[in-house]
Amino acid sequence: MDALVAQLQMQYRNYTASLYQQGFLDDQFTELKKLQDDASPDFVAEVLSLFFEDCVKLIGNMARALDQTGTVDFSQVGASVHQLKGSSSSVGAKRVKGLCVTFKEYCEANNYEGCVRCLQQIDIEYKALKTKLQDMFNLEKQIVQAGGKVPQVDN
Amino acid sequence: MGMAAAESQFHVLAVDDSLFDRKLIERLLQKSSCQVTTVESGYKALEFLGLRQGIESNDPTALSPSPQEVEVNLIITDYCMPGMTGYDLLKRVKESSAFKNIPVVIMSSENVPARISRCLEEGAEEFFLKPVRLADLNKLKPHMMKTKLKNQKFEAIENPSNDENGTAAAGEPEIKDSVEMGIKILPIQSEPEPKQVLLHVVQQEEQTPSNNKRKSMEEGLSTDRPRPRLEGIATAV
Repeated sequence: MDALVAQLQMQYRNYTASLYQQGFLDDQFTELKKLQDDASPDFVAEVLSLFFEDCVKLIGNMARALDQTGTVDFSQVGASVHQLKGSSSSVGAKRVKGLCVTFKEYCEANNYEGCVRCLQQIDIEYKALKTKLQDMFNLEKQIVQAGGKVPQVDN
Repeated sequence: MGMAAAESQFHVLAVDDSLFDRKLIERLLQKSSCQVTTVESGYKALEFLGLRQGIESNDPTALSPSPQEVEVNLIITDYCMPGMTGYDLLKRVKESSAFKNIPVVIMSSENVPARISRCLEEGAEEFFLKPVRLADLNKLKPHMMKTKLKNQKFEAIENPSNDENGTAAAGEPEIKDSVEMGIKILPIQSEPEPKQVLLHVVQQEEQTPSNNKRKSMEEGLSTDRPRPRLEGIATAV
């Protein structure tokens, strides 16, 4: 049992560390984890779930705004990008936030192709992050089920 | 009403139009041992405080809870909100005689120096860049302590036999700037019976006629009010 726990914990540590190293997460994610405790044991999962819902909603808004036959309202696109930039920044979703920064610049420059490219990339990126985090949470569950404690990993 | 228990925790009113950000700031504040109320707009915030649009809380017909039941030690608000911005809310609070002494903190995801200085000039205590962190909230403790201690010093003055340190919130760290006690008054926030308020107000001379009426020889307390409007607020119980 202990050997299994130890192995899972090592797997978890490596996996989580890699998420930081590969730029999926930054230290804001570490800050989020600090807010989770016995009083709020699912805080991180709840926040992430809200974040991913935001992604779907805002990306939908951006896609619709960019899909206008005729003149595109770049300020409308920009407003959604601004919101996504805020929430990705608060959650520690480093790559998504970075893309939002670029996206915002394209909006301000009224660069249609740039915006469309960014939109596609953000869509791919948030989905990739979602999958990675699900894998991470699964490892946490396995550790707990095996009777162990989830180790602290602060990048 | 268990006043003692309620007073041992700071109560923060958090304002943000984003559900996501409200959830975050709420958890941050809870983690910092604060009681939190979150609202989604400046209007809702004013309502919560008891200030309706253009109606001060000295309106006896106002439906909102009397200010005395809602003690707020700090307001933390997002800057960019539709309708009433955080800056607008800040102004409204600072213009209100009842609540101008509540510290206000502004949050923003954008680092715009002009915006920051405008807010600080208007009386904001701090300006936080989002994402806000636990370490940022530690800066707020002194501001909230000021308000709390003023209220409690208030009671200490009224009951001179009490040890002042004893009335300080349990478990809260001592602050150094307790010297400014007794100069400003906040009768609204913790006093259920304002007419018993005793003020060690050194510089104030203003008295309204009705205050004189309430001077009672038996009570031996003075009810000097520096600002006549407070008189009206006190009656809106």
